[in-house]
Amino acid sequence: MDIQSCVNIQTEWDIVAARQLGRNVAKELGFGVVDQARITTAISELARNIFIYAHKGRVCIEKMNDKGHAGLRIIAIDSGPGINDIRLAMEDGYSTSGGLGAGLPGVKRLMDEFQIVSSPGKGTEITAIKWIR
Amino acid sequence: MNSLIINYIDNHKEHILNLWVEKMKEKADDRVLRVVSNQVFVGTSREFVEMVTSNLNDENEEYSERLRDFAEKVVKLGWPISFVTEGIQVFSTIVYDGIKDEKLINEEDEMKLFYGLHKWTNPMTNEIVNVYSTTWERTVSLQKIALQELSAPLIPVFDGISVMPLIGAIDTERAKQIMENLLNGVVKHRSEVVLIDITGVPVVDTMVAHHIIQAADAVRLVGAQCMLVGIRPEIAQTIVSLGINLNQVTTKNTLKKGMEAALEIMKKKMIQVGEISEDSNSKII
Repeated sequence: MDIQSCVNIQTEWDIVAARQLGRNVAKELGFGVVDQARITTAISELARNIFIYAHKGRVCIEKMNDKGHAGLRIIAIDSGPGINDIRLAMEDGYSTSGGLGAGLPGVKRLMDEFQIVSSPGKGTEITAIKWIR
Repeated sequence: MNSLIINYIDNHKEHILNLWVEKMKEKADDRVLRVVSNQVFVGTSREFVEMVTSNLNDENEEYSERLRDFAEKVVKLGWPISFVTEGIQVFSTIVYDGIKDEKLINEEDEMKLFYGLHKWTNPMTNEIVNVYSTTWERTVSLQKIALQELSAPLIPVFDGISVMPLIGAIDTERAKQIMENLLNGVVKHRSEVVLIDITGVPVVDTMVAHHIIQAADAVRLVGAQCMLVGIRPEIAQTIVSLGINLNQVTTKNTLKKGMEAALEIMKKKMIQVGEISEDSNSKII
C-alpha cells in the first residue's frame, strides 16, 4: 500500500514546502539523519528544476513497502519543455541555466533508484527511490 | 422593504440574538471557542446585531466607520474569516425565516425580501473580507521586511575578521542579499577574512552551493578571503554525493575552528590575560 502526498510547485517557497514534506515522511519511516539530508537535498534539486525550467509542476512523496522493505519514492512531474538529450543532462557539469550542472546526476547518486522519462515539448517525469538500509 | 426588515429586527432583537448565538455555537469549532470566552462571544454577537440594525438608520459614512471598527475587533479576536462570513449568512437566514413565519409579507414579495436582505448583507461581507485581507497583507509585508532584516547580517568581530551567520532556507532573493551584504561589508569593515556560518542552513543543494562559490569568488576579487564554517557531517556527505567542488573555498566544521584559523591568518592569537607571549608577532586582543 502506497501513501502519496503531493506539493504543487509554483513559487520558490513551494520548494521549501516539498522539502519539509519529504523530511517529515523520511523521519516517519525511520531514515537516519544522513539519509534524511540526502532525500531532502534530492527533493530540493528536483523541485528547483521544475521551478527553473517548467515553472510549474508537482512533487509527490510516496511511502513504499516491498516485501517488508520500507522505502521512499519521490516523483517529480511537470509539463514543461522536456529534456532534449537525457544523456547530456545526466552528465556532470552540464547545465543550460548557468548552474553547477550537478543536479540530476547528483540526485541519481543521492538516491538508490533513479528513472527519468522526458519528451521534448511535453514534459518530464522523474522517479527516485531510497530504501531504508 | 428595508423598513420592514429593520422593524422586524428591532422588534425581535433578543429572539434573533438568542437564536443566532445558538446556531453559531453549533458551527463554531474548537478553534473559535478556545480563543473566545462565552461572554465575549455573546457580547460581540450583540454588538454585531446592534451594528447591523444601525445600517439603515445611520448615515453611510458613519456606518462604514462602525463596520470597519467591528471588523478590526473581530480580526483581533482571531475569529476565522469563514466563521464571520457564515455568521452574516446565518443572520440573514434567521431574519428571512422569521419574517416569512410571521407572514409579514405575501408570497409575491418573498423574492423582494430575499433581494433586499442580499443587497444589505453583501456590503457587510465585502467590508469584513476587505479588512481581513488588509490585515493579513500588512502582517505578511511586515514579516517580509523583518525577515529581510535578519536574512544576511555581516558582523565584524575583530579587526579584519567578520562573520555572516546564515539561518534557514536560502532562496534566490536571499542569495542576492548575501552577496551584496558580503561585498559591501567587506569593504566597509576592511575585513580580510569573512566566515560564512551555515550551521543553521537545513539543506545545501547545488543552487546554495553555487551561490556560496560565487560569493567566495567575489570576496576574493575585493581582496579578502572567504571561509565556509558550520558544515555538519550529513551536509558534507550530500555535498560529496552531489559532486560539488568546494576546493576553492576554505572549509571548517565549526565557527570556533574557523575563528582560530582566521586569527592565524591575521597573525593574531588569543591568550589568557596575565600570560606573556614570547612570540613577537602576537599581541593581546
